[in-house]
Amino acid sequence: MNLMQVFLEAFRAMGMNRLRAGLTMLGIIIGVGAVVLMLAIGESVREDINRRISAMGSNVMVIFPGSSTSNGVRAGRGVVQTLTLADAQAIAQLPTFNAVAPIVQQPFQVASGTTNWNANVMGVTPEFFTVKDWEADRGSLFGEIEIRSASRVAVIGATVANNLYGEANPIGQTIRIRNRPFEVIGVLASKGSDLGGGDQDDAVFVPFSTARQQLIRWGQPGSIHYALAQAASAAQVQDAVYDASQLLRIRHRIREDQEDDFTIRDLASIAEAAQGIATALTLLLGAIGSISLLVGGIGIMNIMLVSVTERTREIGIRMALGAKRRDVLMQFLTEAIVICVCGGAIGVGLAYAGSVAITNFSPMEVGISMTGIIIAFSFSAVIGIFFGFYPAKRASTLKPVEALRYE
Amino acid sequence: MSANASAIVPNQAARSDVLIRLTDIKKSYFSGDVETPVLHGINVTIQHGEFVAIMGQSGSGKSTLMNILGALDTPTSGSYVLNGKETSTLTDNELAKVRNETIGFVFQGFNLLKRMPLVDNVALPLLYAGVAMADARKRATEKLAQTGLGAFTKRLPNQISGGQQQRVAISRALVCEPALILADEPTGNLDTTTSVEIMSLFTRLNEENGMSILIVTHEPDVAKYAKRLVRLKDGLVTYDGLVSEADL
Repeated sequence: MNLMQVFLEAFRAMGMNRLRAGLTMLGIIIGVGAVVLMLAIGESVREDINRRISAMGSNVMVIFPGSSTSNGVRAGRGVVQTLTLADAQAIAQLPTFNAVAPIVQQPFQVASGTTNWNANVMGVTPEFFTVKDWEADRGSLFGEIEIRSASRVAVIGATVANNLYGEANPIGQTIRIRNRPFEVIGVLASKGSDLGGGDQDDAVFVPFSTARQQLIRWGQPGSIHYALAQAASAAQVQDAVYDASQLLRIRHRIREDQEDDFTIRDLASIAEAAQGIATALTLLLGAIGSISLLVGGIGIMNIMLVSVTERTREIGIRMALGAKRRDVLMQFLTEAIVICVCGGAIGVGLAYAGSVAITNFSPMEVGISMTGIIIAFSFSAVIGIFFGFYPAKRASTLKPVEALRYE
Repeated sequence: MSANASAIVPNQAARSDVLIRLTDIKKSYFSGDVETPVLHGINVTIQHGEFVAIMGQSGSGKSTLMNILGALDTPTSGSYVLNGKETSTLTDNELAKVRNETIGFVFQGFNLLKRMPLVDNVALPLLYAGVAMADARKRATEKLAQTGLGAFTKRLPNQISGGQQQRVAISRALVCEPALILADEPTGNLDTTTSVEIMSLFTRLNEENGMSILIVTHEPDVAKYAKRLVRLKDGLVTYDGLVSEADL
C-alpha cells in the first residue's frame, strides 16, 4: 500500500467517527494553539522589555545619595543631601566614565496660556541627553551656554507638549513654572514608559543652574537628587561602578568600617534581571502550553487504543487479505498523525486569531512567529507518532486468527 | 527445509499438480504448561482444480485445520506445502504474502469492511499486493461485474442483501487470482435459496474456471456440492474420498 492510500484510509476512518475524531482533535487544537500563542505572548513581552531597556540608554548607572545612620537610626535613601554637583563632576573626570548627568527634580504645576499641567520639572545638564541618548523631535536642546547663563529655557517631553499645546507647535511658546516664564526651545522624541511603568515623556527639562537657583530650593546649594552616569563602554561598567564608589568614599571621608552613604545602581544588571524574568515567563507559558499538548496527546493514545480494540475484527480481515504487520502499523499510526496534524493546523489558526484579538483589544502587540508555528506543527506530528505508536504496535501484533474470531 | 520439501515433492511434474500437501500436521494449544492437542497428525494431499469439503463436528479440529490451511496460523509440527512452497515455517510477513497471493478467503460472516464502498472492499487485497489504486479499482469493478454486482460498486456493504454481500466477498477472494479459494461455512448466514445460489457459483468457478475450492462446513447439504470429502474427528482424518460415496 502506498502512502497516499494509507492517508486516504486514515481520512476515511476519521470520517467514519466524526464526533470522536473531532473531540480527539480538540485536545491537540487547544494544545498547539496554547503553545503557539503562549510563546508569542512571551516573545512580545521580551521585545517590549528590550525596547524599554534600550530607551534607558546604554551602559547607564544611577548614583543615589545613600541612607545615613545617625544614632543608630537609618534614614531612607535620598533623605540626606550627601551627593553634590562637585561629586558628579569629579566622577565625570574618571577615565571609565563617558558622561555624568547630575539631576535635581520636583513636580510643579506648569502653565501656558489658560491651560496647566502637573509635571516633573528636572534640572539637568546637556550630558543628560547624551546619557539617555535622547534627541529633540522639534526645536533644539540646551547646551553649556544656557547652563552658564542660567537661561530660562525649557525642553518639554511629548506628554507635556500634548497636554499643554495639543496639536499646536510649542516651540517659542512661554510656559510658567513657579510663575517664572520659560521659553520652550525643544520637544523631545517620545520614549514611552520606563521599566517601572512611569511615563518618561511627562517631564519638563530646564538647565541645571536655572533650576537650582530659581525653582528647586532644597538642601545645600550644591546638592543633587541623583546622577545618571554612562560608562565608557559596556565592558567597563563594573570597573566604573568600582571607581566611582572608591572616589565617592574618599570625597565623603568614609572610614574603612563605615557603610557607603550613596548607592550605585547599574541599569544593565536591572535590564539583565528583567530579561531573565521575560525568558522565565516565556518558558513558563510554553510549559503550560506543552502540558495541554501532552494531555491532548494522551487523549489521542486513549482514543487510538479504543479504536484498535473496536476494530480488532477489521484488523483480522485485513490480515487475512494480505496486510502485513507493517501495513497495519502504518494505518493506525497515520490515523494518529493525521488527527494531530489537522488539529495542529486548526490550533495554529486559532492562535493567529487569538494574537490578532490580543493586539486589537490590549496594549500588547502579539505576532505569531514562523518559528513558533513550525515548532508547534512538528511537535504535534511528533506527539502523533509518539502517542500513536503504542496503539498501532498493539494492532499490528494481533494474531490474525484471534483478530478474526474477535466479536 | 528445502531438503524436506524435495523429499515430499519427488519431481517437478508431480509438484505442478499438487496444490496442498499436509504431512503429519500436529497442532497443540498451550495454556501455561498445559498442552491441549487439537490436531494429532493430519495427512491430506489436494490437487489443483479439486473441490473439497472438510466436515467435522465442533471440536473436531476443523477450524484449526482451516486456519493452518489459510496460513492464518502455523502448525506445531509437520509439513504444509502450499502451491509448491513449504508454509509451516514461514515468518509473519511471508505468511501475509501467501494469504494475499495464493489464498482467497470467504467467511461465514462475509467480513466486508463496513465503511468502504464495495469496489474498495474488493480492491483491498490488490492494494496490499502493491497495485496502484486506479488499476486496483478497475480490476475490482471487473470482478464485481463477473459475479453480477457491476451496478453496485459504489454501495456500502449494509446497502445490499446477505447473498449479495457473500458474492462481493467471493469477488474479493478472486481478485488476486489465487490458487485456492478457502471458504469457511460460506452459507452459514444465508437462507436456503441464497445458499443454493452461492454454492452454484462455487461449482461454476470450479467447473468452468478450474478454480481449486476448499469448503469447511458442518452442513451435509453444502458438502454435497463438493466432489471430495475430508471428514475430521478428534483431530484425525476419518474419511477421505468422493462425496458421492460418503455417508453424509
